Amino acid sequence: MKLHRFFQKKSSGNIARDRLKILLISDRVNCSPEMMNMIKNDIAGVISRYMKIDEESMEVQITKKNNKGAARKSPFLYVNIPILDLSSAPHNKI
Amino acid sequence: MSEVIVVTSGKGGVGKTTTCANVGTGLAKLGKKVLLIDTDIGLRNLDVVMGLENRIVYNLVDVAEGKCRAKQAMIKDKRHPGLCLLPSAQTRDKSAVKPEQMVKLIEQLKNQFDYIILDCPAGIEQGFKNAIAGANRALVVTTPEVSAIRDADRIIGLLEANCFEKIDLVINRLRYDLVKRGDMMSSADVVDILSIPLIGIVPDDESVVISTNQGEPVVGNSTMAGEAYRNICHRVIGEEVPFIEFEKGFSFWTKVTGIFRKN
Repeated sequence: MKLHRFFQKKSSGNIARDRLKILLISDRVNCSPEMMNMIKNDIAGVISRYMKIDEESMEVQITKKNNKGAARKSPFLYVNIPILDLSSAPHNKI
Repeated sequence: MSEVIVVTSGKGGVGKTTTCANVGTGLAKLGKKVLLIDTDIGLRNLDVVMGLENRIVYNLVDVAEGKCRAKQAMIKDKRHPGLCLLPSAQTRDKSAVKPEQMVKLIEQLKNQFDYIILDCPAGIEQGFKNAIAGANRALVVTTPEVSAIRDADRIIGLLEANCFEKIDLVINRLRYDLVKRGDMMSSADVVDILSIPLIGIVPDDESVVISTNQGEPVVGNSTMAGEAYRNICHRVIGEEVPFIEFEKGFSFWTKVTGIFRKN
């Protein structure tokens, strides 16, 4: 997995910290990995109607970020979808 | 005004009982009247860590069931005036006491002590509910490991849901050499993840093992852990104490012990 290889350059302490940050946010919002998978599949389904995407390397995460105007960090959904071909969308061919 | 502090962690084996024994003894050394209550029914350990295991007559369950008065069950620590221990029962289980009984007991004892410190069992079930029922302040103990931090986060969520006024973090068994190498999360990382105020960092120190063997808490000794626990006690009573940097001292000691190990 690409992500894994990328993290291997980091020290194990930083790996632990980053894993925990992601894990705890999904723990706190009570969102199971299965649910994250369902969200991922649904989003992939919708986007695939318009363009060809790489579903294998797609990432869905809930992370915390400072919102504009808000004093506290709030959770937000982060989706990273690699596009394989913009023009080859199935409905464009019809 | 007396404070009721629960020492909790979620995960087992991170040092709740050791923290309890040391903070309780440390506060007594500062001249406070302290009662330690072991709420880990069925797996009592605070008595043996404190070195008071031979003096138990009655226990927490006996008091809750009205078999004896609270005063009869409390063991006075002769080494530290003002320090008492209410031991737990070894042959019963967590369901032997109900949260309402704990609240009633603590209300009854509150005016006799400055601090009541509750040693919470691991887990989030009945034992945890009993321990937090009468408390208004918490010390969450964690080690810089993923499993302990995850459980601590869950515990903090539960404490917040139970309207705790003050929740402070104790980071236990920090190894400065590993942090320096990047192979352990730093205290700053842990505080950032759990986002509650830090009240103390206890370095991983063999003096804790030795003191536990002897049944005499390490607090106040001229060891790293002893000083760390003493500082925690000062912070518990509201004094501002700077966090000591053990980094230099620790690497020096690891070097010294390293030389002996090689030989």
